[in-house]
Amino acid sequence: MKQIRISINGTEYQVTEHSNLAAVLMDKAIANRRSVTGEPRMAVCGMGSCGECRVTINQQAHQLACLLQCCDGMEVDCEP
Amino acid sequence: MSLNVVIVGAGPAGLAAAWSASQSNANITLIDQAAQAGGQIWRGGQGYAPKRYRHLFGQQTTLHYRKQTHVLGASEQQLYLATPQGPQQLRYDRLILANGARELFLPFPGWTLPKVVGVGGLQALVKGSLPIAGKRVVIAGSGPLLIAVASQLKQRGAIIKAVVEQVPIAQLLRFGRSLVGNPTKMLQAAQFAQALANTPFYVNTWITAAEGEGEVQQVQLNNGQRIECDYLACSWGLIANTELAQQLGCRLEQNFVVVDRSQHTSRDQVYAVGELTGIGGEDKAVIEGQIAGFVATGNYQAASQLAQQQAQARQFSQQLAASFALRPELRQLAQANTIVCRCEDVTLAQLQSQPSWRSAKLQTRCGMGICQGRVCGGATQYLFGWSQDSVRFPIHSVSVADLVMESV
Amino acid sequence: MSSVIIVGGGIVGCAVALELTQAGWQVTLIERDCLGSGATAAGMGHIVVMDEGEAQLKLTLFGQQLWQALTADHPQPHEYHACGTLWVATDTEEWDLVAEKAAVYQQYQIACEILDAAALYAHEPALREGLVGGLLVPNDSVVYPPKSAVYLWQQAEKHGATLVYGEVTTIQTNYVQLNDGRQLSADAIVVANGQRCIDLLPELPIRAKRGQLVITERYPALIKHQLVELSYIKNAHASSGDSVAFNLQPRPNGQLLIGSSRQFDRTDRQIDQLLLSQMLRKAIDYVPALADVRCLRTWTGVRAASPDGLPLIGQHPERAGLWLNVGHEGLGITTALSSARLLADQMLQRQSQLEIQPYLPRSLQQEQPQ
Repeated sequence: MKQIRISINGTEYQVTEHSNLAAVLMDKAIANRRSVTGEPRMAVCGMGSCGECRVTINQQAHQLACLLQCCDGMEVDCEP
Repeated sequence: MSLNVVIVGAGPAGLAAAWSASQSNANITLIDQAAQAGGQIWRGGQGYAPKRYRHLFGQQTTLHYRKQTHVLGASEQQLYLATPQGPQQLRYDRLILANGARELFLPFPGWTLPKVVGVGGLQALVKGSLPIAGKRVVIAGSGPLLIAVASQLKQRGAIIKAVVEQVPIAQLLRFGRSLVGNPTKMLQAAQFAQALANTPFYVNTWITAAEGEGEVQQVQLNNGQRIECDYLACSWGLIANTELAQQLGCRLEQNFVVVDRSQHTSRDQVYAVGELTGIGGEDKAVIEGQIAGFVATGNYQAASQLAQQQAQARQFSQQLAASFALRPELRQLAQANTIVCRCEDVTLAQLQSQPSWRSAKLQTRCGMGICQGRVCGGATQYLFGWSQDSVRFPIHSVSVADLVMESV
Repeated sequence: MSSVIIVGGGIVGCAVALELTQAGWQVTLIERDCLGSGATAAGMGHIVVMDEGEAQLKLTLFGQQLWQALTADHPQPHEYHACGTLWVATDTEEWDLVAEKAAVYQQYQIACEILDAAALYAHEPALREGLVGGLLVPNDSVVYPPKSAVYLWQQAEKHGATLVYGEVTTIQTNYVQLNDGRQLSADAIVVANGQRCIDLLPELPIRAKRGQLVITERYPALIKHQLVELSYIKNAHASSGDSVAFNLQPRPNGQLLIGSSRQFDRTDRQIDQLLLSQMLRKAIDYVPALADVRCLRTWTGVRAASPDGLPLIGQHPERAGLWLNVGHEGLGITTALSSARLLADQMLQRQSQLEIQPYLPRSLQQEQPQ
């Protein structure tokens, strides 16, 4: 399977092409977002319903990671 | 001009509807939010469907498959879509709703910790290449999905620390006996039982808390047991995605779309199939989908030949609902400071003083975040008996540009 | 002690309830759904001084002063946010309006600042290129009206006011009939149920003016002030047909509210897609980055519009003991507190801070829809 490079919070990672972005973040234990009271959150429903997996992708905020596949050069930012 | 049949949802029900509708010369469009057909249950495509259903995927070449497309709303004759090419409108003569269900999540202390996920949610993430081999997983909640997912994950090398089902053993055995006479389901049950040999299976048991620093590390059960884990997958059944049906004005009863034997809803030319009409899994979905596809294209004879199977599938659906009914103790899991609405971090205590869902929304913003009540709505209905109010456009959150139509 | 029934638990009804309980009246408030759930919940919650005529300016200015007093010690229950209003000029014609508007505000000692193009972009870099300038009115603010309505009610309740849930079907002399058969009586009755007043009193000169709004996810860095186009009044106050006007509000939590639109005589909840598209196209034209902003929800709300744009505050012209506080159109949050004060002044025969004449219920000749 082809390996590609994506950036998460400024760090480069090698991942399998087409792997699900929410799955990649969960495996690397990187919280997708902070809740409104500051809790770290990761994907829950895995099917685009709950919105917990929101991240910023290529400067576009609030994208659902669970509906996205990783592609080469993708820049992912999670709320610190 | 040929008939425009539009099918929303490319899971088992939608694929089956497309298959039977394509026996006519109708112009068929199949819409799904995912990149690949299959829905949640056959996520990943053809290879994940049982052999007897794989032919349903072949139809994609003869119809318009609109992938990565969200239905934002509907009027009497057309759908409003967000597609990868921007917003579009799609006219229909017949509309078949096959947009499935989501998991019911009930709040308990620690359920917002990272790596506490849905059961179907974990299944989807694993199919999306989340490495699970060697990971310790607890699967908890209620319903046949727990066992199905546990056996799949185990086959992929997960260490299933426990399957925790809230239903009492007697009830579960009654459900098992009801499968007699349904060879496919018997076989499936036997396969799961074999796959899960030596896996701790607790009945009459439920999760009371998830704990951990930064992510879930252990779970607590009502029997006092503590289990260490890397993932907690939980869900308490399924809720139909009725938003689009509601926006169309279809009649609902007990959160499902009401249909007749032709899968016809209360609205003209609108059909509903699969989980929308009652949770029943892939067999019910395929039969109902086929019936709707035939009826929508005027092939009533073919539809009538499926009547007996349809009745059997609906009976199974009712048994399922009765067997996995939720016990009242689960209403006590959430504590005063437990978050119920995850989008806006609204706690149980904040909601307890509210007289209604509408008031809760206005005063606490519960249900007003990105999920639009898809998660907390099911929970508050169970906790407080609140019923949902109107469904707001757009059904799926999209960019401002995706709402700008050239003309209407 | 006098007793009063108030029909309608929106922000106006709650404000009237508080005024009258504080004056020692026995208040019963009747609400059909939940407090603050009608036009109160549907609007933007913009506390704005509007200068379309002297009477409007005085009522909105007085309203703003009362809001500032109310929120001074406890801004949080209202989510009070002093973001100011920035009126945006796109061309020389609108730039001329900036000077005119500034002159009017200055006459009433309302703080304002004329911004040239450079200053405009310094304040709001997300605005599109090619704009001429703007007028910043720093004391305008926003609140979250459903919470304010409940806050006002809770104050009234502390003074002994009573809340009754039910739908009023008819108003008789000194009593109202509810749809469940109950009858409630009082010395006076106040109608404060917005556009629904014409269901009870069809003789009132009130027309529905429906609006649509969009709320987005949180984008806390995009804009800082409520942005309104300078042709807002011109666009918003056409007397017929559908219209849109640019009006973009930053909520204190980072969400954005995108408006605005107007449709006469529609009260249904079906989103008008064409009008929504026009409204959003206009918003993107002013703030191009909005194109990629994620929308959560759209909704409709119904403004109660009077022919001259001023609310009806005072006794019904033909029915003693029946009082009105309706017809606030799009300004009901701003004018809730000032109109409640002016109504209570009349009911209590007190001296008013404003000349009451322009707001008294007038012509019952319903304006014919065109």
